[in-house]
Amino acid sequence: MIAIVDYDAGNIKSLQFALDKLNVKSVLTKDPESIKKAESIILPGVGAFKDAMVSLNELGMTKVLREEAANGKPILGICLGMQLFYEISHEDGEWEGLGLLKGSVNRITDAVKVPHMGWNTLQKDKESPLFNAIPDNPYVYFVHSYAVGGDFERDTLVASSEYGGTVPALVQKDNVTGMQFHPEKSGEVGLKLLKNYGEMIS
Amino acid sequence: MLAKRIIPCLDVDKGRVVKGKKFKNIQDVADPVELAKRYNEDGADELVFYDITASNEERDIFLDVVEKVAREISIPFSVGGGIRTIQDINNVLRAGAEKVSINSAAVNNPTLIKEAASKFGSQCIVLSIDAQETSPGKWEVFIKGGRKNTGMDAIEWAIRGEQLGAGEIVINAIDTDGEKSGYNVELTKAIADAVNIPIVASGGAGTKEHFSTVLNKANADAALAASVFHYGEIPIPELKAYLEEQKITVRR
Repeated sequence: MIAIVDYDAGNIKSLQFALDKLNVKSVLTKDPESIKKAESIILPGVGAFKDAMVSLNELGMTKVLREEAANGKPILGICLGMQLFYEISHEDGEWEGLGLLKGSVNRITDAVKVPHMGWNTLQKDKESPLFNAIPDNPYVYFVHSYAVGGDFERDTLVASSEYGGTVPALVQKDNVTGMQFHPEKSGEVGLKLLKNYGEMIS
Repeated sequence: MLAKRIIPCLDVDKGRVVKGKKFKNIQDVADPVELAKRYNEDGADELVFYDITASNEERDIFLDVVEKVAREISIPFSVGGGIRTIQDINNVLRAGAEKVSINSAAVNNPTLIKEAASKFGSQCIVLSIDAQETSPGKWEVFIKGGRKNTGMDAIEWAIRGEQLGAGEIVINAIDTDGEKSGYNVELTKAIADAVNIPIVASGGAGTKEHFSTVLNKANADAALAASVFHYGEIPIPELKAYLEEQKITVRR
């Protein structure tokens, strides 16, 4: 069972529907105890970094997520969920994240239109079973105004995208995986990525 | 590279997709869920659903449609029409939409954009502007389905919308809507050049050339159309092949 952390962060239903299509059992939960019991965790999210951290703190999730990640439980962050894995975000101030991964979250340069919205290609930075049966440079759907940067660990980069510079799109360190794009909204490619992820952690 | 998006727009009335010309003479065309599935398979990059019904009862039918669509397709879609409150926005996002498109309510209450962007994030708040040329080179914002002139300058309103936190702007040219005579390139470009958020051109698509013109010359990030897709006049795979020949980056 996958526990999807529900902290009222916008559209979570599409993620559930995507997992349903893959016949993967998931439960939406606000309860830290069910996070502890689950085999793996997905931290979704759209919206503001600060609000998300406030909600996670109020639900008593912050500590549990850090503990479960440290225990080696697979955890996948999607979009803002991935950004929350990092130490600091500079979205409207400076906010502390979960700190599962080294690095910071910064605004995309104004040299391009912000948000980065739409379908962009993934460039593979390293081989991964996540790419099984997926063609090279697939299009996936992005929608975000902030991106991971700073002193993030380059060897965690599995795939990236180009938009006003390099955008870390798929990162992985041990049991922690982040997807800046929305796999649940990226058509067949996105469903395959989720399926491959499911197989990788099982 | 970021691809230019092709977006079919579905006007939904009492659970059915309809298409009006200049917002009038509405005709029934299809089941929204079936149409959404077809567009998904054809390679549409995104979908837009406008709820053109009015009553609360019908609003529930519409939310039901949104949820069914979200279950069937795995591409993003936005929802507009009758969005007036934070609760309305929450309802459609919770039903499975990625974005909400706000039109009249933003004109009547600009802080709605600000509050919504801060609560749900700019990425899901789309400002939809219906504009009409009132004197040469001057476009004004219309509301209530194009029936009421607000007297507001469309370009200034777009800039204000960006400042309030909208993450995208749909610019619908009332003059060309349903006419199939081409998008309003001048208006779209004026707005695209005035803001630094993605712009969706809407109103007037009749041929494949109309798409390439607005995407190439107006700095638009996406082009929205309804009837040319609903009636199969321009199949999406064919349109994308054509755009690729015109050196426009599209997702294929």
